[in-house]
Amino acid sequence: MSIDNSVVKKIANLSKINLSEKESENLKHELNKILDWVDDLKKVDTKMVEPMLSVFNENMKMRDDKVELTNTDEILSNAPDKKENFFVVPKVIE
Amino acid sequence: MSNLSDLTISQAKELLLNRSISSVELTKFFFDKISNFKNLNCFITETFDQALKMSKISDEKYKLKKDIGLMEGIPIGMKDLFCTNQIKTTAGSKILKNFIPFYESTVSKNLWEEGAVLLGKTNLDEFAMGSANTTSFFGNVVNPWKSKNDIDKKLVPGGSSGGSASAVAADLCLAATGSDTGGSIRQPASFCGLVGMKPTYGRCSRFGMIAFASSLDQAGPITKDVLDSSIMLKSMCSYDKKDSTSSKMEIPDFPKIVKLGVKGIRVGIPDEYIVDGLNSNVNDNWQKGIEWLKSEGAEIIEINLPHTQSALPTYYILAPAEASANLARYDGIRFGLREIGKDLDEVYKNTRASGFGNEVKRRIMIGTYVLSAGYYDAYYLKALKVRKLISDDFSKAFEKCDCILTPTTPGVAFGIGEKQDDPLEMYLNDVLTVPASLAGLPAISVPSGLNDEGLPIGLQIVARPFDEETCFKAAFVIEQLSNFNKLKN
Amino acid sequence: MSYFIRGHESKWEVVLGLEVHAQINSLSKLFSPSSTGYGAEPNSQVNLIDAGMPGALPVINQECVKQAVITGLGLNAKINLKSIFDRKNYFYPDLPQGYQISQFENPIVGSGHLIIEAEEGTKKIGITRLHLEQDAGKSIHDQDFENSFIDLNRSGCALMEIVSEPDLRSPSEVSLYIKKLRSILRYLGSCDGNMEKGNLRVDVNVSVRRFDAELGTRCEIKNINSIKFIQQAIEYEARRQVKLIESGKIVEQQTRLFDSQKGETRAMRSKEESHDYRYFPDPDLPPLILEKKMIEDLKLQLPELPDKKKIRFIETYGIKKYDAEILVSEKEVAEYFEKLVSDRDPKMVVTWLTGELFSYLNKKNLDNPQSAISVEKFGELLDLINDGTLSNRLAKELFVEFIESNMSASELVKKKGMVQISDENEIINMIETVLDQNQKMLEEYRSGKEKLFGFFVGQIMKISNGKANPQMVNTLLTKRLKK
Repeated sequence: MSIDNSVVKKIANLSKINLSEKESENLKHELNKILDWVDDLKKVDTKMVEPMLSVFNENMKMRDDKVELTNTDEILSNAPDKKENFFVVPKVIE
Repeated sequence: MSNLSDLTISQAKELLLNRSISSVELTKFFFDKISNFKNLNCFITETFDQALKMSKISDEKYKLKKDIGLMEGIPIGMKDLFCTNQIKTTAGSKILKNFIPFYESTVSKNLWEEGAVLLGKTNLDEFAMGSANTTSFFGNVVNPWKSKNDIDKKLVPGGSSGGSASAVAADLCLAATGSDTGGSIRQPASFCGLVGMKPTYGRCSRFGMIAFASSLDQAGPITKDVLDSSIMLKSMCSYDKKDSTSSKMEIPDFPKIVKLGVKGIRVGIPDEYIVDGLNSNVNDNWQKGIEWLKSEGAEIIEINLPHTQSALPTYYILAPAEASANLARYDGIRFGLREIGKDLDEVYKNTRASGFGNEVKRRIMIGTYVLSAGYYDAYYLKALKVRKLISDDFSKAFEKCDCILTPTTPGVAFGIGEKQDDPLEMYLNDVLTVPASLAGLPAISVPSGLNDEGLPIGLQIVARPFDEETCFKAAFVIEQLSNFNKLKN
Repeated sequence: MSYFIRGHESKWEVVLGLEVHAQINSLSKLFSPSSTGYGAEPNSQVNLIDAGMPGALPVINQECVKQAVITGLGLNAKINLKSIFDRKNYFYPDLPQGYQISQFENPIVGSGHLIIEAEEGTKKIGITRLHLEQDAGKSIHDQDFENSFIDLNRSGCALMEIVSEPDLRSPSEVSLYIKKLRSILRYLGSCDGNMEKGNLRVDVNVSVRRFDAELGTRCEIKNINSIKFIQQAIEYEARRQVKLIESGKIVEQQTRLFDSQKGETRAMRSKEESHDYRYFPDPDLPPLILEKKMIEDLKLQLPELPDKKKIRFIETYGIKKYDAEILVSEKEVAEYFEKLVSDRDPKMVVTWLTGELFSYLNKKNLDNPQSAISVEKFGELLDLINDGTLSNRLAKELFVEFIESNMSASELVKKKGMVQISDENEIINMIETVLDQNQKMLEEYRSGKEKLFGFFVGQIMKISNGKANPQMVNTLLTKRLKK
């Protein structure tokens, strides 16, 4: 068991997902099972292998530095809470 | 015009061109079909008003014989992963249940420019994460195919493009778009007796397609036959300046080459695809496939893809890792669902707890874990290296052969509710489709027979990067020799 | 070591490293075509990429890549032909994607350095790296009791993060480093260096150690927006750390904020939980591959930078190092100086430029001398002083009025009737008048009270209304008194 309750809690916190006790417990078992299974990869010899970041072999395309106008109403159109063209969120304390 | 249900895109286009039917008539026919088959739950959003407008424009073009696109007047379904301007786009998730984009995905835009008509947005596994279309917030999709042995048993259409596959199979539209990350086009096509094409990574723009795993996601068509697949793929792909991973490679005229045959083509058969759990009907069908291609002049060559069994674990590290970041934007701030909480952190956590389903949460958690400090090297970096080995396997194989023939899935469509208890069991559905995804290769699934229960089996053809043409040629031969269209009826 | 903190037990050395975020001068953002303009209406320069909408994809701005390379070259740094964009994952309301696209292991620019003129002399400060990344949006916390407001106009603007080695040892060195870096950026045109607008933001890593001991644990002070506050923050933070260590406690690695009103630093609440950013290569962006040729071309186009210019000024114009340093710190000033000095006395030009004109610019909060007075107009004034038409003193008195008027120097002189009296006879006449009126003083002078020379000069200047050429008065009066 590589994942215990505290790890589940930590990951849930990093992922910003609230989990009930039961969900945490289920996830702990499922994640352990999945990780045991992917642990199989440890057997593969990759000493001399470069990581493959992308299958895409073409160079990065670059854009010219040109401005396209945007529409504030569109950007805010799906916002759950907005005020005077701002998105509104519960107060953040820095 | 005996039965509009049986029409393919190419046949419908002929009727439209000689004006024995109008696009509006065709479109209205599908309205009725869709309304009569709501029990299959193929569509999340129906867009009949939009469809009527579009089909009228197409009819005008046919009338004037001007600017007739490749898909002119053809009613299709659009997987609800593609953003459609001013039309609700949900990705099958509660978190986006009311999301209305103000932009259009490049793939859908290309289709509209070629004249396609939007009937509606099709159901899918939530954020395309699933292999049975059972993870959608909008409910599971039902496969129109039935087992001879148990006519009442509801079967899954496969996933994640299950709504699209089921809709095409049930003749609710002439074709539909899909997206494929580890098999999400090919597997449902195979379960529903359809042709599913995942092109080379970079062929179709990912702009406006809601991301699951960016290094793997590719759009593609789900159609009734191979010729339709080539027509629709040609319409969908383009070089797109809005996607940094969109390819500049020239796009061939796919429909032209479909029927050119396989004479002299070297077909590789990998030993490693005889996996545990490979259904004997499926295996027999595979052997038939080999014979069909041979009989048309292809050369059959045994090849090795030694890292095949590492592909699935590799995929289940990389895809969740990318997804964990891709899905971080669903935080309830700028769009989508927001749940209340006593502070910002609670708003995040409650929103995401309520907005995401279990499978999505599971994958976000795995992805977060394999990227987190102390585990990155052991999991994520390791998986990137194994991905290279898998890709190299293919490169070496393609020194000896021009394409690879395998089954698409180890089994056929299973019952809704099966394989739900253990996520690993569900993941194994993708074991034969994932390797080509990891290597970014074009791969097609073509229906090739029925099993003992009368359920469709599919064969997969994988080719070199940007050689979709060989996939189409081989698939067309199998389509012809398997006589699938006759078996179907 | 000139700077240290004196604790109870010993002297403590302060070790400082800087992370400077410089916003690149570009019209559009790093990965989106939205405008980067300052001060626009909230959320009016935001497209789907900047707002992290579903299905949005980044496409890099060529200009930003170019500016990063130019800046790297200006910092004598290695340009990496292959660099990689990574995602830095964390949740914050002004971070729409839930990750920042940045560069982690493979930045576009590797190690380099810049030179500062510290008290002990020239010091080379190492640059660890420079990388490209997206800026975040802006959260406004103080408008409302319960809510924060989010404006994403800045979200996705291109930043260069320039990281220094921990080579700095005092607040004044930090100040010199920032000024030098800012100057180089402005010469290159890659960033306007405006700290008030937040286009140049500084995070300082502060640690303390006993001299020659191992490096201590560092705290990062974030986002301080003026050089003055940076110096205050360092001073406060270093003392805080010394106090902690000397009282037997340990310094915790922390991110801290500087409260400029209290003059204190405090731990940031939002950063309390240890962050695990889960960097990984962004699958939306292929590696950034640069061509050698492009870099060579940009190298050829680099402007003369302040260090080189300073040496040339000293050699060409024979001016003092201190003056040269001041003249080259702003590109516009250096250019202005060179135009002005072309056929004039460098010493006089430097005196007038760094004296009168600079104090005027400071008063008016201007950077560019050209915006106050044209080279031609200023030059004519200097020429009139030089040929004796106008006295130095009068020129100084009327300088502000002159700058703000539409008149040329000669017009002003005419209008004010203040052409300097340089006619020998006229001055001799004045001398005679003064001596006549002050016979008694003259006698005292003759009997040895030589201090009275100044009194006579004063009287002569008085009756000339200050217009008599002072040098001539001196010479002629000396001559007269010897008789």
